[in-house]
Amino acid sequence: MLNPNLKLNPKIFNEDVEQVPIRKGFGQGLLIAGEINKNVVALCADLTESTMMNFFKEKFPERFVEVGVAEQNLVTVASGMAAMGKIPFCSSYAMFSPGRNWEQIRTTIAYNDRPVKIVGSHAGISVGPDGGTHQALEDIALMRVLPNMDVFSPCDSIEAKKMTLVLAKTKRPAYLRLAREKTPVITTEETPFTLGKAEIYWMPDVGLVQVGIIVTGGLMHRALLAAKELEMEGIKTKVLNLSSIKPIDKDAIISLAKETKRIVTVEEHQVAGGMGSAVAEILAQNYPAPIEFIGVQDKFGQSGTPDELVEHYGMGKDSIKKAVKKVLIRKI
Amino acid sequence: MFLTEEKIKELEIKANDIRTSIIEMLLEAGSGHTAGPLGMADIFTLFYFHVLKHDPKNPEWEERDRLVLSNGHICPVLYATMARAGYLSLEELKTLRKFGTRLQGHPHREYMPWLENSSGPLGSGLSQAVGMAIADRIDGKDKDRFIYCFMSDGEHNEGNTWEGAMLASKNKLRNLIVVVDRNNIQIDGFTENVMPLEPLADKWRAFNFHVIEVGGHDFKALNEAVGEAQAIYEKPTVIIAHTIPGKGVHEFERDYRWHGYDPNVKTTKEDYNMALKELRTLGGKIKSEY
Repeated sequence: MLNPNLKLNPKIFNEDVEQVPIRKGFGQGLLIAGEINKNVVALCADLTESTMMNFFKEKFPERFVEVGVAEQNLVTVASGMAAMGKIPFCSSYAMFSPGRNWEQIRTTIAYNDRPVKIVGSHAGISVGPDGGTHQALEDIALMRVLPNMDVFSPCDSIEAKKMTLVLAKTKRPAYLRLAREKTPVITTEETPFTLGKAEIYWMPDVGLVQVGIIVTGGLMHRALLAAKELEMEGIKTKVLNLSSIKPIDKDAIISLAKETKRIVTVEEHQVAGGMGSAVAEILAQNYPAPIEFIGVQDKFGQSGTPDELVEHYGMGKDSIKKAVKKVLIRKI
Repeated sequence: MFLTEEKIKELEIKANDIRTSIIEMLLEAGSGHTAGPLGMADIFTLFYFHVLKHDPKNPEWEERDRLVLSNGHICPVLYATMARAGYLSLEELKTLRKFGTRLQGHPHREYMPWLENSSGPLGSGLSQAVGMAIADRIDGKDKDRFIYCFMSDGEHNEGNTWEGAMLASKNKLRNLIVVVDRNNIQIDGFTENVMPLEPLADKWRAFNFHVIEVGGHDFKALNEAVGEAQAIYEKPTVIIAHTIPGKGVHEFERDYRWHGYDPNVKTTKEDYNMALKELRTLGGKIKSEY
């Protein structure tokens, strides 16, 4: 059942569940953050509407900087603005920022320790028809390896909004990963949110839990559907929303592994270096447990509909169920 | 601000002291860049002892001008100048590049918080200065202070530099003043052989900057160039300062091999000791004239 304490969207499992792009929550959050704090500024590299920065731009044109198609400039200018006390949010597609400008982010933001928020939209395979050049599947790895850099990947638009508001208050560099496609709304305005804390979204009504499913980003809905069907098949799971990849909620991961002994990680990203790797690093040191990794297996994407691609690259509901069943029969 | 003959002499002595410190530091460190720091010593001297609005006793003074050093590898001149200005002791200069030092091989503000930026990888300083200038404009502070960016000629090879230039002119950042160290050398050789930059002034003009070309060792001319840059209202300014790499030590001057450590060049203690001797003789000469 859905965790009753979290006031999640009761319509999650309905056919007509509301669907909103995760990036929209960012756009709404940025507008509110701008109203709260005049030091919040926004920079964009010719993708203002796509990254939903247009809400902010319309309300605060004097605090919006259009840099053109120049992602290296995007983040280095943001670093300079942060040096003068601003809280810059700079957005582009994840493939270009942090894809193209990694060293600039490393030196001028992470090494310089400037509170710039890098917003990478259109991350993951679900960008769809644009094809492999535009599907960022490496960005979590690129960002989580940087000292000083925090990494967040919200599961829906409402969580993205809450994250944006909190990030506007933190003094640290951060990466916020967003998706293009409409995504089922999982949480509600009332769902508690603490930066850096992972929450159990799904748990069995009664009985022992057999597998822990750890999810980040927009695949949460598919993971919940998988968990529900598995329960009907007699396999009890817990689903953990790990939207904060760095800082990572070590305690939540270890306690889930202690309880379930078996883990499946789910992310729309290369398996190498992503959230699953972060989980594996923690469990290998603290509580070794068998893990199955749902994600892209060392391949580039291609054109297709988001659903086709998620299925093709083995990240759909049935793939998640299969991974759960596979990890169940692994020896401990 | 006008420079008297007396002040110019004073600056010449300071610059010579700074060059001496640079050689002493590099000798002690056993590695690092020689030509760039020596070539920029006069410009750093002019800025820290005449142009900049700053307070070494209160390095984080909010109203200070900002000086972004883009080509971090010439930091020996930055450290030596800051020491002579009172930010740190001359003794500390000897720790350059050593374990535990605040004087990292390339500047890092985590260790020295009053540096405006950490730098090293080329081509990113201009954009950071542009961001600072835009922030000041948003806050209505662009009339109160200037954002200066010191950069090398070699880093014009980097695309990021031109991205920054485009945004600066788009925003007509009058509070941004760029100083280019046009010393014509980079690691692999002379700039015009590695990747030709000329006509450099025309390039900046085409990017809609006000361009001033000046000799990089003439305090009077440099000071006038800065004054002109500060007076230009409608666009950002770039001062292309023609400097002599290795300036002050005859043996090093104009020789790109002194850009950085080169295993093919036998860098011996004798070279540096010779340099020190030359600088001290020169220093004595200026002081006796003064």
